[in-house]
Amino acid sequence: MKIRIKFRKYGSMKFIGHLDIMRYFQKAIRRAEISIAYSEGFSPHQIMSFAAPLGVGLMSNGEYLDIVCREPLTMNGTQMKEAMNQVMVEGVEIVSVRALPEDAGNAMASVAAARYTVCFREGYEPDFDWKSQLEKFYQKLTIPVIKQTKKSTKELDLKPSIYELFVREENGQAAIEMLVDASSAGNIKPGLVLEAFYKENGADGLEEAALLITREDTYGDRGTGETHEFVPLEDFGEEF
Amino acid sequence: MRKLALRDEILLQVDKPARYIGNEVNSVMKQKEEVKVRFCMCFPDVYEIGMSHLGIQILYDMLNQWDDVWCERVYSPWTDLDAIMRKENIPLFALESQEPVKEFDFLGITIQYEMCYTNILQILDLSNIPLCAAERTEEDPIVIGGGPCTYNPEPIAEFFDLFYIGEGETQYRPLLDLYEKHKELGTSRRDFLMEAGKLPGIYAPQFYEPVYKEDGTIASFSPTVEGLPQTIQKEIVMDVTDTYYPMKPVVPFIKVTQDRVVLEIQRGCIRGCRFCQAGQLYRPVRERDVEVLKKYAVEMLKNTGHEEISLSSLSSSDYSGLEELVNFLIEECKERTVNISLPSLRIDAFSLDVMSKVQDVKKSSLTFAPEAGSQRMRDVINKGLTEEVILKGAEEAFRGGWSRVKLYFMLGLPGETEEDIRGIAELSNKIAAVYYETVPKEKRNGRCQIVASTSFFIPKPFTPFQWAKQNTKQEFLDKAYLTKQSVMEQLNQKSIKYNWHEADASVLEGVLARGDRRLAMVLLKVYEKGCIFDAWGEYFNNDAWMEAFEECQVDIAFYTTRERGLDEIFPWDFIDCGVTKEFLKREWLKSQEGVVSPNCRMQCQGCGANRFGGGVCYENKN
Repeated sequence: MKIRIKFRKYGSMKFIGHLDIMRYFQKAIRRAEISIAYSEGFSPHQIMSFAAPLGVGLMSNGEYLDIVCREPLTMNGTQMKEAMNQVMVEGVEIVSVRALPEDAGNAMASVAAARYTVCFREGYEPDFDWKSQLEKFYQKLTIPVIKQTKKSTKELDLKPSIYELFVREENGQAAIEMLVDASSAGNIKPGLVLEAFYKENGADGLEEAALLITREDTYGDRGTGETHEFVPLEDFGEEF
Repeated sequence: MRKLALRDEILLQVDKPARYIGNEVNSVMKQKEEVKVRFCMCFPDVYEIGMSHLGIQILYDMLNQWDDVWCERVYSPWTDLDAIMRKENIPLFALESQEPVKEFDFLGITIQYEMCYTNILQILDLSNIPLCAAERTEEDPIVIGGGPCTYNPEPIAEFFDLFYIGEGETQYRPLLDLYEKHKELGTSRRDFLMEAGKLPGIYAPQFYEPVYKEDGTIASFSPTVEGLPQTIQKEIVMDVTDTYYPMKPVVPFIKVTQDRVVLEIQRGCIRGCRFCQAGQLYRPVRERDVEVLKKYAVEMLKNTGHEEISLSSLSSSDYSGLEELVNFLIEECKERTVNISLPSLRIDAFSLDVMSKVQDVKKSSLTFAPEAGSQRMRDVINKGLTEEVILKGAEEAFRGGWSRVKLYFMLGLPGETEEDIRGIAELSNKIAAVYYETVPKEKRNGRCQIVASTSFFIPKPFTPFQWAKQNTKQEFLDKAYLTKQSVMEQLNQKSIKYNWHEADASVLEGVLARGDRRLAMVLLKVYEKGCIFDAWGEYFNNDAWMEAFEECQVDIAFYTTRERGLDEIFPWDFIDCGVTKEFLKREWLKSQEGVVSPNCRMQCQGCGANRFGGGVCYENKN
């Protein structure tokens, strides 16, 4: 049976990179005695896939991994969530455990968008009136940026990949919230949006340490292709 | 939630920030207000190495079982963070509380190899603790050293308040009780150290003084205050079954060297190889009960979630319950989809059978450690492995499907001749020949691969070779060259790959291994020059070391290539590790005759370790 696990990552755990989070979950699932299925072959490994890798330094309220469990199940969803939370460290919390329909696509392929909250670290606030400028920035017809990958640099228009962008309150402070493309083909990092925003306002280069970024949730798309209908990945599954 | 000692900006800038944040599964958090003693346990090397060390896991677990103690951990900050901490004056901190090491009651440093000595200075320096014990005040933690290198603590004696000689399970409770008493009474640091020095196994170096002869050797070594012992006897746990063992070892987030459950099946070794320090230090052999080990395996796998388990001991093949334990693990691990990683076992029918069950024969290689190329030399070093046994083991392995063999040798052994060195190549060649004789052409998958590696022999304290001359760097290199030449001359040379170690570090390790207190100034000097992580090839700066020796006018040859007289007083002679100097001397003389000594189970050699009243010395004697 396919099971989707949603978890939060916060506090000092933001310094643990994606590959180590995978290792962490492999061991946690053993500690929780979840009856996970293993691949065949001489060195069997757990059948597990993560939705969207989260960069080092980012926190998240909506991370996902899918696992396959052997049947009959030894625990229901609530028990599984409980068992896993028993063996977590501070900074990782299991939010939900749901059963996926058999034909559900795997977590990684399902990812269409992600919502982020971006705060400025103390002392790193930009020196232009960013709160009022943000809407103007989002109203632009095109937002050209240069995206650097390991192999090449290419120009692209960010605008169609930003589904929402606005200012809101976060713990009594103003923060930027955005919903952006997170699909494997068109993943946009929040930093890239902010960089373009800085550039538009003639501000100096954005320092890497300036932003405190939290991924709020990760979404699949139930839209028709013409229109988007973003749904949190957990909603593809049901409680069991 | 804990506040981290390092700002986000720093953690995002350094390699592997997970080294510095603590919070690992099974790490222990306590309230500092609720404990009487805060102990910071240190392995002076990078996190991934330090976290792989079983000894620290044992002591961490033991100390944290005590309600009045909170033990935390610290490792050497890697060079990137080291530079930032120095620049920004950030004090070194413990992983759990993230608080400065300087605020602790104890800083315990495990000293596993000589090449970490500059890292000890790094730890003290970054902690803002004076490097020399004599300069420390009531504000500083008590700095205590343990581990194998403390069997000759003299080169680093100036940097430590105390050394714990021997196995950690026995004297920490009395030591901490004494500390708590002194803390309550408010007595001075000096008084505490003096009292601590009277506990069994505890050495307080600042109250001892060597007197040197004109030729530089030691005339005498004794305590300078009343009441301290002339000799420090090592501490030892006689019942290794009924003692501390961590059921919940800390599980790192990042991949470390030893990323698995480790089961220590026994301590000590019956073999008595004459070059091997561990084989003498941990006498007598004490086995852990096999039923208890089975229980530990299951529990530790459950508590860690590790996907691999490994056995630890100096010579697992000599463990009497090996077959039972391994068969149990094979069953249990199959059920749990856990891998078994076997330590180097003696190659025989049993081990080949087991290995074929737990690893992919095609991908794995077999390991032999003949240590010397000729039978004559193997007799000298008392390595009871004969050519016949090696070739027979290889033959069986080749039949079983293996085609890769690793061989470990040493160069520079006492009395070594050209013939002995050529023996390395010849033995490698013979093993390759066995492959071609055993495996028919149609079953071969290309050539067999014989990888022969040599390390340079370094005489160590408390071994029969503690009197021996170490080779010079040039001799080492000439011997490696000769080995390489001989390999090239072999018929099957295309199947043999030869690796050798760098010689510079071996010379230095030799100096530090058999050094004395006069080396402290060299260590301080070389640390001033910026040397740390000397065990890491990319950071080892031999030139800086050579300059430091010259500036301090310390003669390397005095410590390495000089042959010691039979009656010389060694810097480590005040330590009693269980085996007597008389026994070591007998073994040294026997080695020169090429006479072997049977192992402990075959015939007692009267080494002296039977005075501990247990272990192999009393097997079948009840």
